[in-house]
Amino acid sequence: MLHRCSTLSPRMTSTFARCSLSWLAVCTLLGIARAQTPAGEGVEPMTALRAAVVQTHTARCHALYSECLAEAKAMQTAIAAMLREPSVASLATARAAWTKARFAYCRTETLRFCDGPIEPLEPLLNAWPVDEAYIDYVQGNATAGIVHDREHFPQLSQTVLTVANERSGEANISVGWHAIEFLLWGQDLRLDGAGDRPFTDYVVGKGPDADRRREYLTCVTDLLVQHLQTLVTEWAPGANNYRRRFEADDQAAIRRMLTGALVLTAFELAGERLAVAYETKDQEQEHSCFSDTSCQDFVADQLGIVQMFQEGTDEAKQPGLLALIAAKDAPLARSLHQQLEATLARMRAIPSPFDVAMRGADDSPGRLAIRAATDALDAQAELLSIAGQVFGFELPVHPGGR
Amino acid sequence: MNACQWLVSVAAATAAHLVAQTPTAPAWQHLGGGATVRDASTNAFSMPAPLLSPAERRAFVVGNSFFKQNWVTAPASTADRDGLGPLFNARSCSTCHFKDGRSRPPEDGEADRSGLLIRIGVPDGKNTDQPHPHYGGQVQDDAVLGTRPEARVVIRTQAIEGHYEDGTPFLLQAPEYELVDPAYGELGARFVLGPRTAPQLIGLGLLEAIPAAAIEALADPEDRSGDGISGRAHHIAGQLGRFGWKATQATVESQTAAAFVNDMGITSRLQPDEVLTATERAHVQFASGGSPEIDDATFDRVVFYTRTLAVPAAREVTSPPVQAGREHFVAFGCAACHTPQFVTGPVAWQTNYGEQTIHPFTDLLLHDMGSGLADGKRDGDASPQEWRTPPLWGIGLVPVVNGHSRYLHDGRARDLAEAVLWHGGEAEAAKERFRRASRPDREALLAFLRAL
Repeated sequence: MLHRCSTLSPRMTSTFARCSLSWLAVCTLLGIARAQTPAGEGVEPMTALRAAVVQTHTARCHALYSECLAEAKAMQTAIAAMLREPSVASLATARAAWTKARFAYCRTETLRFCDGPIEPLEPLLNAWPVDEAYIDYVQGNATAGIVHDREHFPQLSQTVLTVANERSGEANISVGWHAIEFLLWGQDLRLDGAGDRPFTDYVVGKGPDADRRREYLTCVTDLLVQHLQTLVTEWAPGANNYRRRFEADDQAAIRRMLTGALVLTAFELAGERLAVAYETKDQEQEHSCFSDTSCQDFVADQLGIVQMFQEGTDEAKQPGLLALIAAKDAPLARSLHQQLEATLARMRAIPSPFDVAMRGADDSPGRLAIRAATDALDAQAELLSIAGQVFGFELPVHPGGR
Repeated sequence: MNACQWLVSVAAATAAHLVAQTPTAPAWQHLGGGATVRDASTNAFSMPAPLLSPAERRAFVVGNSFFKQNWVTAPASTADRDGLGPLFNARSCSTCHFKDGRSRPPEDGEADRSGLLIRIGVPDGKNTDQPHPHYGGQVQDDAVLGTRPEARVVIRTQAIEGHYEDGTPFLLQAPEYELVDPAYGELGARFVLGPRTAPQLIGLGLLEAIPAAAIEALADPEDRSGDGISGRAHHIAGQLGRFGWKATQATVESQTAAAFVNDMGITSRLQPDEVLTATERAHVQFASGGSPEIDDATFDRVVFYTRTLAVPAAREVTSPPVQAGREHFVAFGCAACHTPQFVTGPVAWQTNYGEQTIHPFTDLLLHDMGSGLADGKRDGDASPQEWRTPPLWGIGLVPVVNGHSRYLHDGRARDLAEAVLWHGGEAEAAKERFRRASRPDREALLAFLRAL
């Protein structure tokens, strides 16, 4: 069963509840901070708070990637089972596992765009929109793509498919979440549902080039798991890794956190994911267009942003980024907190499937909901850019567009 | 070390220490003024200018989506993006401008040849080239299914040995180009080829916003100043040429339309006709993807996108080698053409692009660069030896974004030092100062270039 925006998983709901709770914690913490910070002695507690916020963040990064890796391994198992015994049921199970793992991944996307270990791997994990004819057959071309192209791709392997990724252009995507998505669902040619690739595509002797497609799917799934493992390793505690370097410079760490949240908000979500689809009404521009799970992506992405501002979820309840902003500018922290929640609500309000919502007249409920979500993201971006200014950072969006 | 030297070195060390302690970064690090972004990652060339409004960011991303996506053969179910070819070099803008960055020539035996395109012409014996009767002005080395590409290019290189004044040897690679498998008739004996890589696209709107008068004021075609540097404005139908390796395009709009039609075979309102010769029209059957193939609204957004890509800030600007290198840049004479600073004027398409203090390190003028770089191809009024000074912003990030360090019009230079060493003609004296400089001074200059 696919996740839909209207049927949120219990985990998503509880995360949202924690978001509201965290504000109380921030206020409490602020009270303490103020009491302990008479004029002129503000440096020491601020430094300590900053370090604590960075620790909260790195622990969360590790937890998020670990969860994502676990879900991806579950997907790997489900895909292997499907390939052992292709059937309607086993393909549905593999799709459900992709959807679940995908949710976990999208919550980590706020860690992009700030020079972290995800940066070199991202094109191999999440490149889109996919020119599907680069991978496999499409309507009107039964022999399209690498799956059928034995001349240029006599042997399929992880290396071959990695080298092919984004070769001769950014739409030529051969690996990652959306390549797997296309291999599981196929083209979405219907308005009333997702793609419906038949399981026989994976039955040797039935689907054309089924052996190649099986090999392809296995390669890209294994690659995805490997890349996620790298990310977990880079964020693991107590190791000589990216996390150690990240924690070594609190100021830079805070700048990176705000940059990631801002770029994801202003450019990726408001722009690439929502505005492009809204403006072009082109299904190709839908993020998870084969599975019709784009709405889940939107919500998970925003949840990831919200989480970064919250306190830690362990017993220690370490402070989050919002507490640090509050210590500098309490009204700004309050506005930002409200906006983060409002944006989440707007993202949840986009009706699924997204490819239906984005079409139609401008006053249709779907398009109005997308507009409202975009406006909310713009407001969120503005507040994040102001927060950057408060800390003296030069972020990629200037407040007020100046 | 005598006492005086000692004092100087202590003073220098103290100064360096102070710089390290209080790193007050100089203003020039904001190479693109308010359109500068602090990003030295693989996305460094792909960010919108931070001064855009939310609505403008929207136009930017929509433009970006068409910049990245592959165009397909017409007719297709995706009517927004059909019309590729029939002859073309690339399926998308991002094929050559990968991550909005710089392309490189293909390596020996490399199948993907999209990093280099070849202009072609036949000298008319006067001051310009005519299009080739069969192949037009550009060799399209790819084509839609059922159509033959025009030709393939083969590159051979010849080593040129040289040495710095201190005895350190260097080896330059001089490329030679040959067309093979011509599909639409004899090439003849009199044609000339102009190989071109694609430059990084950052800051183009800023270059467009430099007042023409400020650029023309730097021109000195007769070298009245007697400094060995002339500099000539390339006028295109009365407008100042600013873009392209030979400054053949006056606006980002005209440059974009030219790239769409020549490189991808996509017609637009500015270039409504496919660029096919009469010979090719007789042989090629194709379906149009609309008239024009890219609609005005989409075209305008791609233009807006191309104009508003931010310039990454300079890095390491307070480091002693970079600061020293910046002084050498002026002392060697590089800054005579690579103009360090302009103030932009108002533009109609964006409210904040005016009055920006920018550091593009170009004068946008044509200069005689000597016979070493000349390939025989004329463009407009520009002679084979004349090249437009390219902006230097972003050159240090090419290895990060595009994973290579190939520079100059055909990517013959394999690193920045080689790019400097290829300079000749008006730049001969500046090149010689670099070649004669001590290793630390040369390294400092290169450190400065890498910081851009």
